[in-house]
Amino acid sequence: MSQPISVLSNTGGMSSRAGSGVHDLKPMSLLDVQNLSVSFGSRTVVHEVSFSIARGEKLALVGESGSGKTVSALSLLRLAEQATVSGQAWFDGQDLLALPERALRGIRGQDIAMIFQEPMTALNPLMRVGDQIAEVVTLKQSLAAPKAGLAAIDLLAEVGIGDPVRRYRAYPHQLSGGQRQRAMIAMALACHPKLLLADEPTTALDVSLRGQILDLLDRLQRERGMAVLMITHDLNLVRRFADHVVVMERGRVVEQGATRTLFANPQHPYTQRLMASQPERDPLADTAPPPMGQVPVLAATGLRVSYPTPLPGLRGWFKRGEFVAVQGADFALAPSQTLGVMGESGSGKSTLALAALGLLPFQGDLTVAGDRWGHDSASNKALRRQVQVVFQDPFSSLSPRMTVEEIVGEGLGVFEHTLPASQRRERVVQALQDVGLDADTTGSVTALLGRYPHEFSGGQRQRLAIARALIIGPRILVLDEPTSALDVTVQKQVLQLLQRLQREHGLSYLLITHDVAVIRAMAHTVLVMQAGEVVETGLVHAVLTNPKHAYTRILVSAAG
Amino acid sequence: MTFRSQTPSARAWQRFRRNRLGFWSLVVFCTLVLLSLLAEVISNDRPLLVSYQGELYVPIVRDYSEKTFGGDFDTHTDYLDPFIRERLSSHGNWALFAPNPYGPKTLNYFAKAPNPSGPSADNWLGTDDRGRDLLAQLIYGFRVSVLFALALTLVGTVLGIVTGAIQGFFGGKTDLAFQRFIEIWGSMPELYLLIIFSAVFAPSLVLLLVLLSLFGWMGLSDYVRAEFLRNRQLDYVRAARSLGVSNWHIITRHLLPNSLTPVVTFLPFRMSGAILALTSLDFLGLGVPPGTPSLGELLSQGKNNIDAWWISLFTFAVLVITLLLLTFMGDALRDALDPRKADQ
Repeated sequence: MSQPISVLSNTGGMSSRAGSGVHDLKPMSLLDVQNLSVSFGSRTVVHEVSFSIARGEKLALVGESGSGKTVSALSLLRLAEQATVSGQAWFDGQDLLALPERALRGIRGQDIAMIFQEPMTALNPLMRVGDQIAEVVTLKQSLAAPKAGLAAIDLLAEVGIGDPVRRYRAYPHQLSGGQRQRAMIAMALACHPKLLLADEPTTALDVSLRGQILDLLDRLQRERGMAVLMITHDLNLVRRFADHVVVMERGRVVEQGATRTLFANPQHPYTQRLMASQPERDPLADTAPPPMGQVPVLAATGLRVSYPTPLPGLRGWFKRGEFVAVQGADFALAPSQTLGVMGESGSGKSTLALAALGLLPFQGDLTVAGDRWGHDSASNKALRRQVQVVFQDPFSSLSPRMTVEEIVGEGLGVFEHTLPASQRRERVVQALQDVGLDADTTGSVTALLGRYPHEFSGGQRQRLAIARALIIGPRILVLDEPTSALDVTVQKQVLQLLQRLQREHGLSYLLITHDVAVIRAMAHTVLVMQAGEVVETGLVHAVLTNPKHAYTRILVSAAG
Repeated sequence: MTFRSQTPSARAWQRFRRNRLGFWSLVVFCTLVLLSLLAEVISNDRPLLVSYQGELYVPIVRDYSEKTFGGDFDTHTDYLDPFIRERLSSHGNWALFAPNPYGPKTLNYFAKAPNPSGPSADNWLGTDDRGRDLLAQLIYGFRVSVLFALALTLVGTVLGIVTGAIQGFFGGKTDLAFQRFIEIWGSMPELYLLIIFSAVFAPSLVLLLVLLSLFGWMGLSDYVRAEFLRNRQLDYVRAARSLGVSNWHIITRHLLPNSLTPVVTFLPFRMSGAILALTSLDFLGLGVPPGTPSLGELLSQGKNNIDAWWISLFTFAVLVITLLLLTFMGDALRDALDPRKADQ
């Protein structure tokens, strides 16, 4: 079968002869990618990328968003839509990029399997999980239905799903996030692939689950002797998992090598920057614990937030059920300090933030600078000036149809609507300079004011969101996962900016995050939440070095 | 960044322009509408300007008695009368006629052929069964259709946006009440109501506009409602709330501009729907009052006079071209506003 295919690849391009020569020199490698270039229309997103994976090797493709790492992997199986791909990818003596579509279809799933970032969208929501796995087994190994079912149950057991016979009959929405990812892995493994492409397999999962999935992949890789190509932005993951690392920046491979040597001695400036992007505490910041007896700017006792939920059956006609998102939270935020709220998705930490902003009805006592949230907007106006917010997603937090000047100046329109236009503009420019967005980085200031959000990168958008919050001079800033949607190098810059602003303006932060590294760099005191309840509070150093609660221990150890 | 800053709508316009079929459809359609607005100059039974015995007359705007031009009776001049024609073209007198010398209601008492007559040098597209010029009928009928469709689209869109915005922004019980109301309202038999009302009231364009508007807003309000429901829980709205921005400002500055994509996309399709609705009602005789030039009424004439092929053919052609232009525009607009399409 490989004979006609090599003929095909020889007619494919100029460099194919040289490519096959190199291929002959490395008989050990399972996948040998050479000069892979991918372009969409006139835009080239991957430039001449070359790397190879040996049998049973774990290779990590590392890079930030837009570095072309996912497109590179997808185009190996020619799954990138509307992409023009050139170069060679030798897999078991065949050039994947020159194979006819039919032959490639045989390889997909059979020899090379793939798992994706978001298992909820990668599984068919209308099919039982077991049936989906059995279907793959039937398709690729031509097993009869009852045997395929048994094989699926074995696979579910192998990936560590408890009670696999019962889970076989579950629909994807009935599984937890971790179980779904395990089911995805089971499906990928159904045909004993020689190579597993894992595209950010743990990114959508909670911190405590990430380690488990990684351990699972590690065990399966060892037991089955398959090669794994892991695509990720998470250096901690790479350090724990991979044998080899390929670092990509803007579509080019800037450095590759064995994990240990590369981490010990990064050569390329970009790799060095990536390694150094671990969030750090501002050396100028005051790390002393808050002095006793200070009046807190934000304080809550017995804070409780609940949502109405429909009840099943006849009762639902007359009564509403209640989902308690936050239960009896007590906390106090001292002036110029940061209170870190830590927890996984669904722990109620974002609900806590919305309650502190007065955007949700709550029970219990919550004071902002000594005042309570009222019922009408007029009495809340003074409070709104005290507490502002920065959200996680820089793409949905700015209205796409407003200019920078309108977005940043919006608060002035509410609180200082008598301000003349020229002074208003001056204040906007001032706020932009405050967050490091000025003429130096983006052209002239007036041009900057007329721009729309789509023209800015994620980090710049987050700076705009901070400027919008700061322009009215609040004392408290609620930061709801302010950096988790950003690339690591940008994350560090934004955290540094936040620390500088805290120091210069004496701001107090209520910092919501799942990232222990961010907490370590930013927080003075910490509040750990699990399923709506506060399970641990204390000074940051104490909580992170000597966690009392079992859940905190899991979170801290998972962060490595 | 070297490029000039562009509003999102300017980018959409640029993408629209890149679609040649859609863009030229828009150009052609706008030209046709403009021409039809000037219908009085293009197709009129009165001359635009008359010079008679050294004096200038403007019959297009003023009525003159036949006596003015040497006739016998003190009635409005019939400029198609061969006698008048002759008076106007002799002894240095002259008259400037419109390119097509018939109005929409002109009955030519001096026609050479029986009605309906086929295309000829006198009547380029022939006449209908009452002897009125078909070209004039089509020009004025097109104008009525387009203006009516514009008005209907405008009213329906405004109503749809307002109700959709209220439902989507306030949600909860308000939304629930409106939704039930829409369900009840939407299940009323529209056509029967039209028949009943056209029996009770004197048929007029305004009555039709009101009746069709009463039922035309529901489809659109669903889309606007969905957009509002989606957008109001996005972070930029939350951020505006935490800034203390008033509801009115959140709706007008944040939600509305970001919720108009389906509205704009549907505009050409709503127009073509409105033109079709008016045509069908006229065809059934439930539409415009008799005597109003109308494409639907011409179609029904074509049906009644199968042998007068020109009536059906030309009316049909005008309708198809109009609807096709609108559909092309709609397609281009939909592509231009599709967020999933790249800017290439």
